Amino acid sequence: MSEKLHIDKYEKNWMLISITILIVFAVAVLVAGFALGFQLPGVSDRVDPRTVSQAGPFADPGLREVSPGHYEAYIVARAWSFVPREIEVPVGSTVTFYITSTDVQHGFKLQNTNVNVMVVPGQVSTLSHTFDDSGSYDFVCTEYCGSGHAAMFGTLTVVP
Amino acid sequence: MLATYELTTGQKRFIWHHLLVAMVALAIGTLFGPLQAFEHSGLDLYKYLDPVIKSYYQGLTLHGVLNALIWTTFFITGFITLTTIKGLNRPLSHPKLNQTGFWMMVVGLLTAAVPILLDQATVLYTFYPPLQASWAFYVGLTLVVVGSWVEGWGFYLTFYQWRKENPGVRSPFITFAGLVTMVLWQFATLGVAVEILTMLLPAALGLIEGTDPELARTYFWFTGHPLVYFWLLPAYISWYGMLPKQAGGKLFSDSLARLAFWLFLLLSVPVGFHHQFVDPGIPQTWKAIHAILTFGVFFPSMMTAFTVIASLEYAGRKRGGTGLVGWIRALPWNDPSVASQLLAGILFIFGGIGGLTNASYEVNAVIHNTTWVPGHFHLTVASAVTLSFMGISYWLVPHLKGKKLYSAKLGVIQAWTWFIGMLIFSNAMHVLGLLGAPRRTPLGEALYVPAEWEGHLLRVAIGGAILFVSAILYFWNIYKTVRNPETAEVEVPIAESREDPQNTPAWLDSWKPWLIATVLLIIVGYGPQLYFMIRDISLTSPGLRLW
Repeated sequence: MSEKLHIDKYEKNWMLISITILIVFAVAVLVAGFALGFQLPGVSDRVDPRTVSQAGPFADPGLREVSPGHYEAYIVARAWSFVPREIEVPVGSTVTFYITSTDVQHGFKLQNTNVNVMVVPGQVSTLSHTFDDSGSYDFVCTEYCGSGHAAMFGTLTVVP
Repeated sequence: MLATYELTTGQKRFIWHHLLVAMVALAIGTLFGPLQAFEHSGLDLYKYLDPVIKSYYQGLTLHGVLNALIWTTFFITGFITLTTIKGLNRPLSHPKLNQTGFWMMVVGLLTAAVPILLDQATVLYTFYPPLQASWAFYVGLTLVVVGSWVEGWGFYLTFYQWRKENPGVRSPFITFAGLVTMVLWQFATLGVAVEILTMLLPAALGLIEGTDPELARTYFWFTGHPLVYFWLLPAYISWYGMLPKQAGGKLFSDSLARLAFWLFLLLSVPVGFHHQFVDPGIPQTWKAIHAILTFGVFFPSMMTAFTVIASLEYAGRKRGGTGLVGWIRALPWNDPSVASQLLAGILFIFGGIGGLTNASYEVNAVIHNTTWVPGHFHLTVASAVTLSFMGISYWLVPHLKGKKLYSAKLGVIQAWTWFIGMLIFSNAMHVLGLLGAPRRTPLGEALYVPAEWEGHLLRVAIGGAILFVSAILYFWNIYKTVRNPETAEVEVPIAESREDPQNTPAWLDSWKPWLIATVLLIIVGYGPQLYFMIRDISLTSPGLRLW
């Protein structure tokens, strides 16, 4: 029972290098994730997917200006379209997205940005993004949601 | 060395039946691979399959279920049957139990296959609710999993009997590692078992009015990440415990090989939230904790890289290889089993690096649910695992059937075509993912595909075509081997360790502390969040069939 763990010299060095690399990565990930303004969706209000589009903010989805340059975008994902399908904001705007589904799971990925969330019935996916560049950004459904999945997308236009 | 126990004809047949089901599943599942790849380049062959296969998504469901779930599970249970018997030098203690488990798996497979083929379970291999398949799909999958558990119990009982008769003796590495793989699988599959039995199956039977999709995703990914280690560890068993022998060397370190397996058991479950970084309903803090733990589970893979490469270098130098890289050339590249596994290992280096990207809290937002992800797991499960299993079968099928391998040369060509096809395919998929192409989508018909994706989509098709040719070469070689009139006695390659395993510390061959630590870490890593999600469960999503 007294056997000692023998580790070869080279292997010990390799293990130390590995641990160092992983610690550096972990620190980088935490700093970038929490100190540099990066956002992931988290816990928000639960909704009932069967009734969410009958009353409340998702009954009238679309863009609302809450203060100059700040918008809220309420988006309903359903098979196989986003409502609204077209969104237009001025350049420099900060948009907070609120996205839910009335049927199955969908995805919402706004191309060429870090806005990329799952859309899950019963939950609201929330994320903010500031649009510094004008142009046209497609948002596409990234989760299989039935036979029309490939047709499910919309466009956000940032106008100068 | 002890006198080695030779498998009886019955035992060989039993293991062969596992492999046969696995390979038939892989053959059918692989048929759909090029159809998906060609569709991406604008050539939709699915429309010609209409009487049988209704859609791209039905084909994708078959591809995922048969390749990722069935080929792996059947091959692995068969392989661990072998590592248990050959390692311990004794027959299974309760062969009837193992046979029962096997037949449960077969019945489960057939039960799930019917609705999939009838287009009543086109839910892909993640079967996220509230998309709802026929009840038979869920019952079938459950039977496959429970059947594999029953086989696992057979392995544990066999080991327990050996342990009672051999106190204080280090368990043979391949048996030890096979058992860790099985235990990991049984912890892992608790998530999906709870998901199916408490939500998906009752909903499909109309007993409850709906499911809670976010809770279902959380159960699913409790299983989903350790699942990849269940696939990977049998390849590691071969890389650590067999490949050194095939290459003419020895296992570099028995102790550290065991430590790596324990760390995989310990760390592979409480990391599942890294598949749910962009999900609503899960606090960012838990996502970050699982991100860090995921970096932890990368550590034993780094150890594996060292030990396996060191073992191979030892072999290469013994064969006369010199210099910094000369030992690599000296390895027996003309042995199809060795070539397959070396190439699988090289592809896995890229897969591992991509895996770190996926696990990184914020970088994940760039690639989540893009074609990057299937690009990644075709380097892992479809290369590190599948190409290694193909390599194993180049000696295992001859061993079990008593036949000479039909063509070693064809096997080497097959390994290289898989390697080249996969480099092209997965690179194109990764690049497309960075450009924003969604996964699980027939991109040939999507309306938002920009022109800059088209060259990469063509490369997907070219890579897919090469992989398909490689798969045909594989099945042809196996078929001709089984039918080969030329018999041969092929041994199971079991590598010796450079050091006497008896010098391995006892704590590396002791189950209790590691099992307790694993359970505790799962409770800490999943308990609080699962508690809140179960407390707040709302079964408000009725099942839907949208295909």
